[in-house]
Amino acid sequence: MDYLYFPGCTLYTKAKNFDQTARDCSLLLGFELKELKNWTCCGATFPLATDNIMALLPPSRILANAREEGTALTTLCAVCYNVIKRTNRLIQGDGEKRDKINNFIEKNYQGDLRILHYLEILKQEVGFPQLKEKVKRPLSGLKAGAYYGCMLLRPSEEMGFDDKERPTLFEEFLGALGAEAVEYPYKIECCGSFQSVGAPDVATECAYKILGSAVKNGAEVMVSTCPMCTFNIDHKQSDIKEKYLGFQSVPVFYFTQLLGIAMGLDYRTLGFDQNAVDPLPLLQKKGLL
Amino acid sequence: MKIELRREKVHNNFAKKVELISGQNLFACYQCGNCTAGCPVAFAMEVGPHEIIRYTLLGLEEEALGANTFWLCASCLQCTSRCPKGIDIARVMDALRMVVLRKKERKDRVEIPEFPEGFLEKLPQIAFVSGFRKFLS
Amino acid sequence: MGGNGFIKRAMVIGGGIAGISASIDLGNGGYEVVLVEKLPSIGGRMLQLSETFPTLDCAQCTLTPKTVETGQHSHIKLLTYSEVDGVEGRAGDFRVNIRRKAAYVDWDKCTGCGLCQQKCPSKNPSEFDRGMGLGKAIYTLSPQAVPNKPVINPSNCRYFKESKCKVCEKLCPVGAIDYEQKDRFVEERVGAIIIAVGFDLIPRETFGEYGYGEVPDVIDGLAFERLNSASGPTTGEIRRPSDGKIPKEVVFIQCTGSRDPERYMPYCSRVCCMYTAKHARLYKHKVHDGQAYIFYMDVRSTGKGYEEFIQQGMEEEGILYLRGRVSRIFRDGDKVMVWGADTLTGKKVEVAADMVVLATAIVPQKESKDLARKLGVKTDDHGFLAEAERKLRTVETDIEGIYIAGCAQGPKDIADAVAHANAAASKVQGLFAKH
Repeated sequence: MDYLYFPGCTLYTKAKNFDQTARDCSLLLGFELKELKNWTCCGATFPLATDNIMALLPPSRILANAREEGTALTTLCAVCYNVIKRTNRLIQGDGEKRDKINNFIEKNYQGDLRILHYLEILKQEVGFPQLKEKVKRPLSGLKAGAYYGCMLLRPSEEMGFDDKERPTLFEEFLGALGAEAVEYPYKIECCGSFQSVGAPDVATECAYKILGSAVKNGAEVMVSTCPMCTFNIDHKQSDIKEKYLGFQSVPVFYFTQLLGIAMGLDYRTLGFDQNAVDPLPLLQKKGLL
Repeated sequence: MKIELRREKVHNNFAKKVELISGQNLFACYQCGNCTAGCPVAFAMEVGPHEIIRYTLLGLEEEALGANTFWLCASCLQCTSRCPKGIDIARVMDALRMVVLRKKERKDRVEIPEFPEGFLEKLPQIAFVSGFRKFLS
Repeated sequence: MGGNGFIKRAMVIGGGIAGISASIDLGNGGYEVVLVEKLPSIGGRMLQLSETFPTLDCAQCTLTPKTVETGQHSHIKLLTYSEVDGVEGRAGDFRVNIRRKAAYVDWDKCTGCGLCQQKCPSKNPSEFDRGMGLGKAIYTLSPQAVPNKPVINPSNCRYFKESKCKVCEKLCPVGAIDYEQKDRFVEERVGAIIIAVGFDLIPRETFGEYGYGEVPDVIDGLAFERLNSASGPTTGEIRRPSDGKIPKEVVFIQCTGSRDPERYMPYCSRVCCMYTAKHARLYKHKVHDGQAYIFYMDVRSTGKGYEEFIQQGMEEEGILYLRGRVSRIFRDGDKVMVWGADTLTGKKVEVAADMVVLATAIVPQKESKDLARKLGVKTDDHGFLAEAERKLRTVETDIEGIYIAGCAQGPKDIADAVAHANAAASKVQGLFAKH
């Protein structure tokens, strides 16, 4: 089966290697990511003001265009996933807004596109046992803290991704890759998100607590599904170090990077040069290169 | 300090505007504090989200809009997901942002010229796309 | 028997304090009562309690005279370890089919010596002790059980599971063990029925934000009662389940699953404010250097002496009342982290607790719905038995001759449950007087 693919602005530019890795891995797993012909930024945040229909137009357009090309749409970015899925639900449920939006964008989208995060494809369509069989280089001995953040899980009635208090999908994914997933309480707590623009110190504190919790429970590395979270818990470690002397760096992987290693891709194509905390020494030590 | 309540003050136009933009019923809040208890950034807030809702309901526009509470909200939806009365507190926070940003003074919360050197290049685009929608008019 | 063959016998379904009170009233009024109870002995929830509010009287000292009176009453026929299977008929002539469950012990022979329980090698988490203590496969619920006859739980018994052991059979001095026993059915004909099947608590496993029941030191109110009971798993010492240490920081949380229309029960469970204060006070009586925190939204203390009890707890025991809910509980090393709020100062508060006690919502017994269907009575939106009218007819149902008593109709404390049961018995006597 093939899936329509929405890369999102960040994965298309600053994090292009994550995108490329995902495409390569998909082929190895028996499906193809078909990038949408026409797409724009999704807006990066689902508009919470109920009277802001303008902000719903970009994701609505994405949905309408996608539906003209196929029936299932996937993305690698948790933020995009959240915005697109919530918009889809709104279109399904609010006839008045649906008509208004369709009128404006001159489409007739009815909300019948299936939206999946890449991890959901791996679980539901490929199956984690099947994924495990295709793993060429199991990540044995790698103690990884899966970081869900917010956008995958909430609001749970709309996202339907996993149990919002005790999700397990990401850990199952890591398990299939042969890694040892570490449970820690802060895996569902917010990284601070866009507060790295508005109140950077607050975001630094959030990241510090998350990393601290994971490390305390035995994690050697973090794994993320969101470029915003990745920035906050990876790149902002330099800010953490300024405030908390003695803070030990923790490598942060984008989930596609770990998938790439496990599937046997050349590690040089996985974009480790874009990771703020260099993961190569640890990977070398673990014999995973 | 003392609050003088009159029926014109309670649930006044300010409160009604917040309710309209957020789509939430502020009277439903029974001030249990669950939102504040689970908020990841409450440690930095002057007053917790539940208090902002209280100020708003009592029509105290200046007090409500003067706090840093809703500016710090990261829209993580933890509050919304656990509210026993089903109030979408994240929407209320965003509504308060909108009330300020939509005023004719067009006062932005962040000033782009004040960003440190290299800031715009360092952060991923989504930080600015979402951030500017929350902080700029 | 009255005119037209109206049978002046009553059945009470449920042998808790409400069922017992109604039975004694009717028995003393000269009527024969059949008391049906699903557990091996009568006493209900009160058997699990250590002390009751607001007097802090010993629960067993209050209850045992009543259970003994019931057991010895000339007019009360006790059918324990039994359940109602089906009902036909109408007021004056109900034909009730009762399943008498296989106890695998012949109660006619059994003398209640207790040797079998002493020697049974099988240890399983005890439902009565809310999973905290270990119970035997052959058991009575308490040393003062009425009737004092044990039953074997086949899912815990080594003979039934693996065809081994049989120690009880070997040791029983009167040969009362009978592994071949089967459920049997009896029919009772009665003129009126009182349903007093009591309540359950919403399981703590329901609450994802509190750990889905997997943090051992997060327990519910009944579990705390067992910890505090001399007959409980820790012989009355307040020790936490995970490592047996005495907790010095204990957090009590009211309204867990109650007053929560969005996610759990919308109603107030009525008794939690009082029993939480009771728990905190009893904790402080035993652990003088411990700190008790109570997270509350309101304090509902409406009975006689109740408000004074609450205030005394604050003033004399130094219990800290924090007005706010708790958003999340999780394990952090040795401690249990509690993220709550104190809306009176407006602040988010965090407590690194040793133990957390959840005052979980009162819900109907799981058999309630089925039983209601068999009897043809209505249940309300939450599964409690529906009273005929909210204000003036709270012990009657829509069906003539069928009455309700106690928590089966809705959460209430012991005093109210007994008064409710007295009222139901009075209605039955009124009904009988008319015929």
